[in-house]
Amino acid sequence: MSLLRRSTLLRNGLLALCGLGIMLAVTEGLSDYRNTQLANIAVTVCAVAGLTVLTGLSGQISLGNGAFMFVGAYTVGLLLMHNPGTNNGELVLVLAASALVAAVAGGLVGVAAARLRGPYLAGITLALALGLPALPEYSHFQGKLGGHAGLNFLAPNPPGGMNFFRWQAWVCLIGAVVTLFLLANLSRSRVGRAFRAVRDDEISASLAGLSVARVQILAFTVSAACAGLAGGLFAVINGNVLPSGFPISLSLSLLAAAVFGGLGTLSGAVYGSIIVTLLPQWSYDLAHAFSMPDRVQLNLPQAVYGAGLILGMLLFPLGIQGGVRRIWALGRNALRTKPAGN
Amino acid sequence: MLLEVEHVTVRFGGLTALADVSVQVDEGEVVGVIGPNGAGKTTLFNVVCGFVRPGQGELRWRGAVLRRHRPHQLADLGIARTLQGLGLFPHMTVLENVLVGAGRHSRAWFGSGLFALPRSDRDDRALRERALATLDRLGVADAARSLPGQLPYGAQKRVALARALVAEPALVLLDEPASGLSASEMDELADIVRGLKQHTSVLLVEHHMDLVMAVCDRIVVLDFGRCIATGTPEQVRDDPKVLEAYLGEQVDATTQEVADD
Ligand SMILES: Nc1ncnc2c1ncn2[C@@H]1O[C@H](COP(=O)(O)OP(=O)(O)O)[C@@H](O)[C@H]1O
Ligand SMILES: [Mg+2]
Repeated sequence: MSLLRRSTLLRNGLLALCGLGIMLAVTEGLSDYRNTQLANIAVTVCAVAGLTVLTGLSGQISLGNGAFMFVGAYTVGLLLMHNPGTNNGELVLVLAASALVAAVAGGLVGVAAARLRGPYLAGITLALALGLPALPEYSHFQGKLGGHAGLNFLAPNPPGGMNFFRWQAWVCLIGAVVTLFLLANLSRSRVGRAFRAVRDDEISASLAGLSVARVQILAFTVSAACAGLAGGLFAVINGNVLPSGFPISLSLSLLAAAVFGGLGTLSGAVYGSIIVTLLPQWSYDLAHAFSMPDRVQLNLPQAVYGAGLILGMLLFPLGIQGGVRRIWALGRNALRTKPAGN
Repeated sequence: MLLEVEHVTVRFGGLTALADVSVQVDEGEVVGVIGPNGAGKTTLFNVVCGFVRPGQGELRWRGAVLRRHRPHQLADLGIARTLQGLGLFPHMTVLENVLVGAGRHSRAWFGSGLFALPRSDRDDRALRERALATLDRLGVADAARSLPGQLPYGAQKRVALARALVAEPALVLLDEPASGLSASEMDELADIVRGLKQHTSVLLVEHHMDLVMAVCDRIVVLDFGRCIATGTPEQVRDDPKVLEAYLGEQVDATTQEVADD
């Protein structure tokens, strides 16, 4: 018991294994459609968890993490296209490469980002999200990156005749749990404290021996690696990558998920990812539940999606995780027989 | 000599914040820097910390010239500083605030943190012990789990001091540590500063003359960026130039203390 308290590795590792075990078991009972949804949620969790660490812990905003998903996805696309017959073991290396390449890209952007604050940082990351995914369409890169039509490749087959969609869910769930495990470790460590110190007060952080720029670049690199992995997983489950697969709305929905779930909390990243992945489908279903003219029916999902996010933020200004914590605290106070202090 | 500030001049546009100022701090010494508001005391600290580059003059640390040093390098040199305001990390607990200050005692960084290697836990436990011991020494260990904003001002000041001292610096720069403290808290502060002398030299900016006179071995008096007097507390107190500079200051002193909060 005390070993569990003393060892972060053991504690977070056990938690991750339990969570993963439950999720993998759950996939057994799900339809192909639900398993695909689960895979998509898991992909989003990777990217949002990285973003919530960047924005919530280190205090830097990024409107462009979709660009790092693009980098990760094209890394996987190129590797799988040029190495047909990649097996499942090698897929781990391919996915690690997607995180690594995106991390390098993130580090480079981070160097610029560390000099920028607030609106300027938002601006440059936004430009990145707009510009980078257009890269394959430039004539110079069209040959290598497949231009408008993107890259097509074959992902490895499921092992042992496993259901294809279930296998996809497994790959993405493992990716998400590994991401959450590593980020949970990091947030708890001296690095996580350094992120928060820099966010709270740059001058005091530097006087405590932290190079503010270096810490900020590190946070950017970490969040880009997570987005890269998300992009890599996205490529694997789709079997192709397209320049149009990384619109600006992708980057914005990642940020919406992080804020909606509760900035800076990993559990919030999970809640937020579930919401932003499922909300479009829910609002689509809602629009179709009533027979409405086509033009309304086609646009209603967007409107419901937007309204839902706004309503959610008004109800839970600190995100879902903040709401959960408040309800938790209320419940605990109600259980106490004596009111605690004033 | 531990720290030597030699003939430093700093200009902000047309304003000369420091003019040919020299200050030395020896090991085990408490040196006070006094002077009316706007005299350049905080600027002097900013020069030592590398936030402001002097136009002329140089700094030496243990005899070696400090050229183009950056604030984050101070901790490893063995220099710590408290800010004129509090400068605490508002969304981190008191303990975490002090843990950040203790960072130089830990070698664990990204790799060991990411994979939660035993080394990361071990280093963190050692930091925690240090931080709690320092909080205890300053009488605020009970507040370890609180957020700084939940504490009275005097306790927050102690936390800021703990964050600087936990690094076990050879020199600590204290910028108005007594502002906003009650009389009894100020007495305790005097005891703390005197207690530091064995391991840590102190460069102290302070308006409360009682405190300065009680704890300082030497005092440097600045006025409009110039050093107008230096010597023991007794010498400085009787210096006519100092009296002249402080004439009219007595009236300001009250308004100033309000402004500092
Ligand atoms: N970064 C800065 N830019 C411009 N002027 C400054 C700056 N920092 C300080 N000053 C000016 O330099 C003078 C000295 O300020 P300061 O060192 O804060 O005085 P003190 O701490 O003795 O009250 C003041 O007139 C102040 O307005
Ligand atoms: Mg000052």
